[in-house]
Amino acid sequence: MHADPSGVLTGKHYLDGNHAACEGALAVGCRFAAGYPITPSTEIVERIAARFPLMGGTFIQMEDEIAASIAIQGAAWAGKKAMTVTSGPGFSLMMEHIGLAAITETPCVFFNVQRGGPSTGLPTLPGQADMMQARWGSHGDYEIIALSPQSPQECFNLAIDAFNLAEQWRVPVLVMMDECVGHMTERVIIPKAETIEVTERRWTKKKPSDYKPFEPGPDLVPDMAKAGDGYHLFVTGLTHDERGYPVMNWQAQEKLVHRLVNKIRLATDKIVRFEEEDIEGADVVVVSYGITARVARRGAELARQKGVKVGRLRLVVVWPFPEKRILELASKVQAFVVPEMNYGQMVLEVERAAKGKTNVVCVPHGGGEVHDPQVIADAIIRAAKRLS
Amino acid sequence: MDDKRENPVNPYLRLDRMPSIWCPGCGIGTSVNCFARAITQSKIDVKKLAIVSGIGCTGRVSGYLNFDSFHTTHGRPIAFATGLKLANPELHVVVYSGEGDLIAIGGNHFIHAARRNIDILVVCVNNFVYGMTGGQVSPTSPEPATFTTAPYGQFEEPFNLAYLADSCGAVYIARWTTFHVRQLAKSMRDAFGKKGFRFIEIIAPCPTLYQRRNRLGDGLDAMRYYKEKSVVKNGAETKSLRIDFQSEITVGTFVDRERPTFLEAMNNRFQKALGDKYTPYPLGPSHQPKSQPQAQASA
Repeated sequence: MHADPSGVLTGKHYLDGNHAACEGALAVGCRFAAGYPITPSTEIVERIAARFPLMGGTFIQMEDEIAASIAIQGAAWAGKKAMTVTSGPGFSLMMEHIGLAAITETPCVFFNVQRGGPSTGLPTLPGQADMMQARWGSHGDYEIIALSPQSPQECFNLAIDAFNLAEQWRVPVLVMMDECVGHMTERVIIPKAETIEVTERRWTKKKPSDYKPFEPGPDLVPDMAKAGDGYHLFVTGLTHDERGYPVMNWQAQEKLVHRLVNKIRLATDKIVRFEEEDIEGADVVVVSYGITARVARRGAELARQKGVKVGRLRLVVVWPFPEKRILELASKVQAFVVPEMNYGQMVLEVERAAKGKTNVVCVPHGGGEVHDPQVIADAIIRAAKRLS
Repeated sequence: MDDKRENPVNPYLRLDRMPSIWCPGCGIGTSVNCFARAITQSKIDVKKLAIVSGIGCTGRVSGYLNFDSFHTTHGRPIAFATGLKLANPELHVVVYSGEGDLIAIGGNHFIHAARRNIDILVVCVNNFVYGMTGGQVSPTSPEPATFTTAPYGQFEEPFNLAYLADSCGAVYIARWTTFHVRQLAKSMRDAFGKKGFRFIEIIAPCPTLYQRRNRLGDGLDAMRYYKEKSVVKNGAETKSLRIDFQSEITVGTFVDRERPTFLEAMNNRFQKALGDKYTPYPLGPSHQPKSQPQAQASA
């Protein structure tokens, strides 16, 4: 299925990442958004508030992020593609509803334009310190998908992918931007509607009498029905059976959690996405994501000028994590260098995936500005020297 | 005698989930029966009816009603319902939950949905206690009743829910006890026929936790109390509706007015600002002009 042209602003634009993310969401057919103002993410909903009335969408500024993060789930069960937008403190408030979306398998998209933390931290300055929160922030066992754009163009592209992945796998999808990418202005090309692929909701073809709302298909994902179509849905945040009815015992818990986790874990190879550069013959591989991947490219250039054979792996899909590829590379390279705008989050995943087969070097940064590329270059050079 | 006649409310209940979790003498089931009766007597299209609950004893209502049912998170059913209703105005959306869920943890959503005049009916079962968690003090608990978290007696000011809803702009406000089953069912029916943020408070007994701990007897004693101490005062000033420990309970319909719903106001504003570029958003069945027979049904 292709995009509805009413939401597609085809052409060459000069946009910041926040506005580009908004355009991606409109292009893929998002027609419900709920938000609460928070720097540095607010431009996304400001643009939505201006654009939605012209294409039949509904935006509501809710009373807080808790409300915004569940209003979108009501809208999803009414049949709309729905999203919310936030940053650090608001993301913390939304955690309970990421869990609700996970257990009720509600397709919805959360944009988090990360800033420095903890708490109020650095409202106007960048960070990447919500990466583990994105994965683990709500209580209980569940899986999500998280993406990390490095440019305004990619904010547009990944916004589209986020909605498509949410529909395909029926999970909350998190677009983990940062203040730099959100506020950086670059050229963004928005293609024609007919070239934008849109994943439709997995509407059930069954009659209400034959339909069980949480009966999985072969890929462990159930087909969906919406309110108002006579299916008499029962959707609950309690542990439930295939009818959606609450069941309070360990067998029902095992069956449900096993499926919620495995529908993503078993599909990891289909979902992971990363870009590699100069990996062949590299002694050191820099693993990075988001704005830090662009800074790391300069760091790698500086190290290469000093004679280090350095390659780069950029995570586009951050969760699920490409552990298979990291393990493959671990037996070939002498070190992974992992710069990120936090005190060591995704580096823990690199370590876990490398299984001790190579060195893993953390290049932390508390946030507030991007790394100095020279710091990354020095870390690469040190990692290469230590092993030569 | 082999009487095959079915209770007329049965089609609206998930009978495969019975018996319910509610204790003997609890008022929630009575209120659900009134709700189902109101459906049988109304012209509402049940296919388009969605029930949203939060967490708690009353939060389980959504799971026993055979409509599109959403059992959400603690305190947030009104926020979920806001998204559900705005995304598909064809739906009749009813939020059915307890006073702890709607007014304590969910109080912020309650006041803002009322202010916005979101087109939903909010049914609040007020039993003065957190039942599901075992008898803790709630925002309507009166002094000097005791609770597990107020063992020496409650001393905070109790919330007057009708006054709160009134001051936030609700267009319909009624209160009944579970003794007033006919009046309650009629109130629900009347509320179905209106648009905007409608609020019905139901005073209900919790024999297991509130009554037992405070030596107030069982469910039947609660009915006697409601019968003897309730006074019907339609149109009463909501400010006067405070409920103290075993005090007189004023019941009736207190507010019945009109003002633009969120979507009506949105359409008006966007049409003024955008003119022909704006296609009015559909408003749904509750905004249709009422036909004569419907007006009679609710009279």
